[in-house]
Amino acid sequence: MEDKDTQVGGDHMGGKAVIVVHSGDMDKIYSALIIGNGALSMGLDSSLYFTFWGLQRLKIGGLEAGPLSKMHMLGLGKWMVKKRMKKANVVSLEKLMQDYKELGGRIIACEMTMEIMGIKKEELCTDWIDEYGAVGTYIHEAKDASITLFI
Amino acid sequence: MEWGDNITKIEIDVRGQTCPVPLVECRKALRKASPGDEVVVIGTHQASKKEIPMACESLGLDVLAVEDKGNEWKIRIRR
Repeated sequence: MEDKDTQVGGDHMGGKAVIVVHSGDMDKIYSALIIGNGALSMGLDSSLYFTFWGLQRLKIGGLEAGPLSKMHMLGLGKWMVKKRMKKANVVSLEKLMQDYKELGGRIIACEMTMEIMGIKKEELCTDWIDEYGAVGTYIHEAKDASITLFI
Repeated sequence: MEWGDNITKIEIDVRGQTCPVPLVECRKALRKASPGDEVVVIGTHQASKKEIPMACESLGLDVLAVEDKGNEWKIRIRR
């Protein structure tokens, strides 16, 4: 299927978006996954490198668990924003992640963060994760990327 | 696929959906379609009306038509 895609209107049409997901804030995870999905939708490759607070969101049940980056107000702000998002028909982070994986998006988990924070592989959603790496993996991914962001 | 095989028309309805769903669903449909198939996307999200043709250009695919009806749009793409 990938071969067929490469020939006509498929993947690898040139370009790659590599995003460091450092923040674990809900709104910033939205940004990362929306941009990743957008890149894939437009025929680019995409890799998301989850590190530090971002890596917490790859824990089982953790994807939607992040606070709001501003006006979280002990959860009240997040609750209000989620309510408004639902009204505006914004999809869940789970759905964005499913789509991201379906379109061939790559997820890299930072090994150093796992060590520092004492996170074991068993605690992570391993079916999303393509690779466990360090800075070398990010540079290797990003050196030929046309878009790279730090979120 | 041989010439003369049936060209399939795949319709996706993303009316009421917002960013990035129209773009993503369009891409998913294009991936599943076979060369020659026609993918028709119907939606209401205004930015996607511009961005789906941009994605098609980047994917090297032809947009056959962009039609408007009230606040709805319909984009026809040849895979």
